[in-house]
Amino acid sequence: MLDGVLVGAVYGLAAMGITLIWGVMDVVNLTHGAMIVAGMFGVFLLVGATGMPAYGALAPVLVAGFFAGIALYWIAIHRMIGQPPLMSLLATFSVNLVLIGLGTAVWGTVLFNVQVSLPGLSLGRYTFPGTHIMAAVLTAVIAGALYLFLYRTRAGKAVRAVAGNREAAELVGIPTTRILALSCGLGVALACVSGALIATLFPFTVLSGDAYQLKSFVVTVLGGMGNPTGALIAGIALGLLEGLATPFMPVSWTLVIEFVLFVVVLIAFPGGLLSVRLRRRAR
Amino acid sequence: MRNVWLPAVCASVVFASLASPGPARAEDTITIGMTVSQTGPLNVDSVAQLRGSEFWRDEVNAAGGIKAGDKRYKVRFVTYDDQSVGGRVQQLYTRLIVQDKANFLFGPYSSGLTATAAVISEQYGKIMLIGGGAEPKTYQLGNKYLFQCITTADYYLSGSIQALKARNPHAKVAFVYSDDPFSKAVVAAAAKQAQEAGFTIALQESYAPSTTDFSPIINKIISSGADAFLGGGHYPDGATLARQLYDQKANLKFVSILVAPDSPKFASLGPAALGVTVPSQWEPEVKFNPDFGPTPEEFAKKAYAATKVEPDYHTASGYITGLLLQHAIEQAGSIDPEKVKAALDKTDVTTFFGHDKFSTDPKSHGMQVGHAMVLAQWQMKSGKLEREMVWPDAAKTAALNYPLH
Repeated sequence: MLDGVLVGAVYGLAAMGITLIWGVMDVVNLTHGAMIVAGMFGVFLLVGATGMPAYGALAPVLVAGFFAGIALYWIAIHRMIGQPPLMSLLATFSVNLVLIGLGTAVWGTVLFNVQVSLPGLSLGRYTFPGTHIMAAVLTAVIAGALYLFLYRTRAGKAVRAVAGNREAAELVGIPTTRILALSCGLGVALACVSGALIATLFPFTVLSGDAYQLKSFVVTVLGGMGNPTGALIAGIALGLLEGLATPFMPVSWTLVIEFVLFVVVLIAFPGGLLSVRLRRRAR
Repeated sequence: MRNVWLPAVCASVVFASLASPGPARAEDTITIGMTVSQTGPLNVDSVAQLRGSEFWRDEVNAAGGIKAGDKRYKVRFVTYDDQSVGGRVQQLYTRLIVQDKANFLFGPYSSGLTATAAVISEQYGKIMLIGGGAEPKTYQLGNKYLFQCITTADYYLSGSIQALKARNPHAKVAFVYSDDPFSKAVVAAAAKQAQEAGFTIALQESYAPSTTDFSPIINKIISSGADAFLGGGHYPDGATLARQLYDQKANLKFVSILVAPDSPKFASLGPAALGVTVPSQWEPEVKFNPDFGPTPEEFAKKAYAATKVEPDYHTASGYITGLLLQHAIEQAGSIDPEKVKAALDKTDVTTFFGHDKFSTDPKSHGMQVGHAMVLAQWQMKSGKLEREMVWPDAAKTAALNYPLH
C-alpha cells in the first residue's frame, strides 16, 4: 500500500503538468506523453554522456523541458487559443506524432534503463525500494516549489490571474501571451521531470509515454481539471487504491478499477473530486 | 561528317554485355524468407535468433552452398521487420511468399507471431521451420508444412521443477507470468507438473506483457509465503522482474525466469542476476555427439568469432533451423517442397543442439518430439557472472546454488 502511495505521487506530478496547461489556457496537451518520454531519455542521455548521478540530471531536464514547453506553445498552441478545443487537440496530437516518429527513428523501440541503486527501507517482510522513496521525496519538493511559485511570486500570481480571467488580466497590464507561454513551459517541465523520475524507477521505450499520459488523464479528471494540488492528491490516492486492491484481486484488474472510477467521476463529479481550480483561487 | 556515334554506342553495348557476368541464374539460389523483430519488445531475442540463422547462411555459402543432388544452391535471405506485431507478420509473410517468391520460410520469434505466420504459410503450402515458437497449440491444428525445431512450451519448466523437487520436495511456488500465449502455455503445464511433484501453489497470476511496475505483484508473492518463483515471459519483463525481485528483497530460495536470463545481456543486472535460473534450449556446455554439423564447442567458438556475441539458445535455435533444412534438402537431393517435406518428416538426428525429431501424427504434425531442455543458473565464477548448467545432473557443469536466501 505504501509503495503504491510513493509511485502514485510521481503519477500525480506528471498529471500536474497537464492540469496546469488546461487550467490556464483550456488546452488539452496531447504531447504530454511524448514530453514524459523526453524526460526519460534526457536523464538517460545525460547520465550516459557525463556520468552524472541520475538525480543530478533532474535540474537540466527541468530547465530543458521548460524551454521545450515555450517552443511548443509558439509552434502548436498560440494560434489555437480561443479556437474550438478540437483544434488544439489536433495541433498537439500532431506534434506528438512527430516527436514519437523522430524518437522511434533514432532509438527504435528497444528497452532502456537508467541504473540507480539506493538502499531500500525494510518494514517486516516488505522492502520499499530506495528509488521509490527518493522519487516521492523529490516529487514533494517539486510540488512544493510549484506551490511557492504560484502563490508567492508575482509571475505565479499572474499565471493565476490569467487562468481566472484572461481579459481582466490584460486590462490590468499583465502580458497574457507571455504568461501563457510561461505556463506551457511549466507544464511541459513538470512532464519532463516526472518522466526523468519514472526512468529511475522503471525501464522505458520511446512508446512508453502513452501509458503514463493515460494515467495522467485519469489522475487529472479525479483531481479536477485545472487543479494542480488536486492532481497531486489524486495521484497519491490512485496509488493508494492500487496498493489496497492488489492483495485481493489479480493485478491486471487494477486498470479496470481505475477506469471505472474515471467514468464514475466524469459522470457524477465532472469538475473532479477536488474541483477547486486555479481560477477560483485567483479571486 | 559521317555519323560515327551510333555504331560506337552499339559496339560498346555489345562489348559490355560480353564482359559482364550476366544476371545470376535463379536456380543457383534458394530464397529463405522470414520476419525479424528488429523493433518492439521482442527485439533482443529475435535478433539473437537472426544472428544464428545468418551465421548458418554465411557458413553454408562459404562452403559452396547446399548440395541438392548434383547441384549446389547458395542461400539468400529476405527479411522484414515485423515490429513485434502480429498484424505486420501476416502482411509480410504473404509478401515473402507471393512477391519475394521465397522457396522456404523461417518463422518469426515468439509463439504469438509464429501462430500468425503459420496461418499464412499453411495457406500457401510453404515449408516453415520454427526456431522461436514453443506454444504447442500451433502444431495441433493439422498443419502439414510447419516444423518446430525446439522443445515445446509444456516442458520449459519441467527441469526447474525437478531440480527444485530434489532440494525441497514441499516447496511453496509462486507462478507469475506474462499474459502471452507462450508464457501461459508454459505455466499451464508447469502448474500441473508442480502439483504432481507435491508442491503447494501459493500464487498463480499473470501480468500484462507491457508491465514495468512489478512492486504490487512482488508484494503479493511475499505475502503468499512462497519460497520459489517460476515464471516471467520474454526479455523486457523478465529482466525487469529479476531486478525488482532483488530490489524488493523478495528473498526467494529459488528463482526460475523464462527466456530473459539466457541472454548475455542479463549479466548487466549485476547482483540481481545472481542465482537466477533459466530453462534453456541449449547451452555451450552441452555434450552431444552430432551426426553432422559442428559439435557444441565448435558451434560456440565459431558463432562467437562470427557474431562477436556469446551465443545463447536463441542464436543456437536460429542456426539449427538452417542446419535441419539443409540436412533435409541434402537427404531429399532436391529443393522440391514435397521431397524436402518428406525428408523433414523422416528427420531423427542428433546435432550440437541435441536430438531433433518431428511428429508425423496428423494431429500434431511437425511438433518437436525429440529435443529436451536443460537448466542454467547465473553463478559467480572467478569473480565474474557466468551461466552454468545445473540440470540434468548427468550433464551439469556446476551444482545448483540453493537456497539463494
